[in-house]
Amino acid sequence: MTAVVDVVAMACLLAGAFLCLTAGLGLVRFPDVLSRMHAGTKPQVLGVLLVMVGAAIRLHGWSNVWMLLLVAAFQLLTAPVSAHMISRVAYRRRHVRRDLLLVDEFDADQQQSGDAPADAGPEPPATAGRG
Amino acid sequence: MNELASSPRGSGNADRSPLRLRHQLPLLAWLVFVWILLWGTWSWANVLSGVAVALLVTLLLPLPHVVGGTRVRPLPLLAFAGHFVLDLVLSGAQVAWLALRPGGQGNSAIVRVQLRTDSDLLSTMVAEAVSLVPGSLVLDLDREDRTITVHLLHVRDLAHVEQERADVLVVEERLVRAFGSAEDLAAIDRDLERRGRARGGTPR
Repeated sequence: MTAVVDVVAMACLLAGAFLCLTAGLGLVRFPDVLSRMHAGTKPQVLGVLLVMVGAAIRLHGWSNVWMLLLVAAFQLLTAPVSAHMISRVAYRRRHVRRDLLLVDEFDADQQQSGDAPADAGPEPPATAGRG
Repeated sequence: MNELASSPRGSGNADRSPLRLRHQLPLLAWLVFVWILLWGTWSWANVLSGVAVALLVTLLLPLPHVVGGTRVRPLPLLAFAGHFVLDLVLSGAQVAWLALRPGGQGNSAIVRVQLRTDSDLLSTMVAEAVSLVPGSLVLDLDREDRTITVHLLHVRDLAHVEQERADVLVVEERLVRAFGSAEDLAAIDRDLERRGRARGGTPR
């Protein structure tokens, strides 16, 4: 019985590590910042979750499991936010391979602010949508 | 002379009413819960210190409370959770394959999707969920126009773009069915009906 559990835990750990490896490869191989952010969120989050599952199986005792649950929850919550912030800045700084874009519906109203210089202040919070 | 400089900017709704406390209660409960999870064991000392820390955090770092009534419906929530886990696995595998395959990544697209919900909390959840489902990453969220701008990692052609756009709306629909207010649900149903009619009304 413990052997089966160990195998499952090991499979989870290995799969998670492999997904994190592909996330790293994606960071190197994808052509622009936006695509790299995909690599930084999806395989990486799934990889971390799988590592957490493997660790939760392998580590005995509930206190560890709670901690791992928290790590997983905050990973799910924070990875999209940080990826969004970086992507947004990258788009505004024109770090986008436009030749690879099939459709770009975000361009039209970015014309006036898209070419912000490096020392420009942050965007005024007018579009932040106060209810 | 520095009252002006030190006066908090934009403290518009700083009412200290019981209503405000009621809005803060779920946040307090969540903070205490996280605190207990961090300690890993249940004891009254942990609960009390957790309450103290939670009160300190909410007093020192006040957040604007989330507007818009939400409710939780268990069955649609389960449906959403199931789809979400499936999407998470699929998107992880898909992006991993795109990173590994020899041909490179192909075309991307940036599309703007019109959301139907008008709730801060639901928009946030949609944005988070959309970032984790296959192929999309949130670039921008416009609360006034209720639009969400997503970057699609891999698209084959324009039909595929429309498919991905519909997927975002499906994620929104699942979330609204799980958490949305009655108005949000009605908005979704109206939109679905309108689409259905539009599709039926254009013979090909």
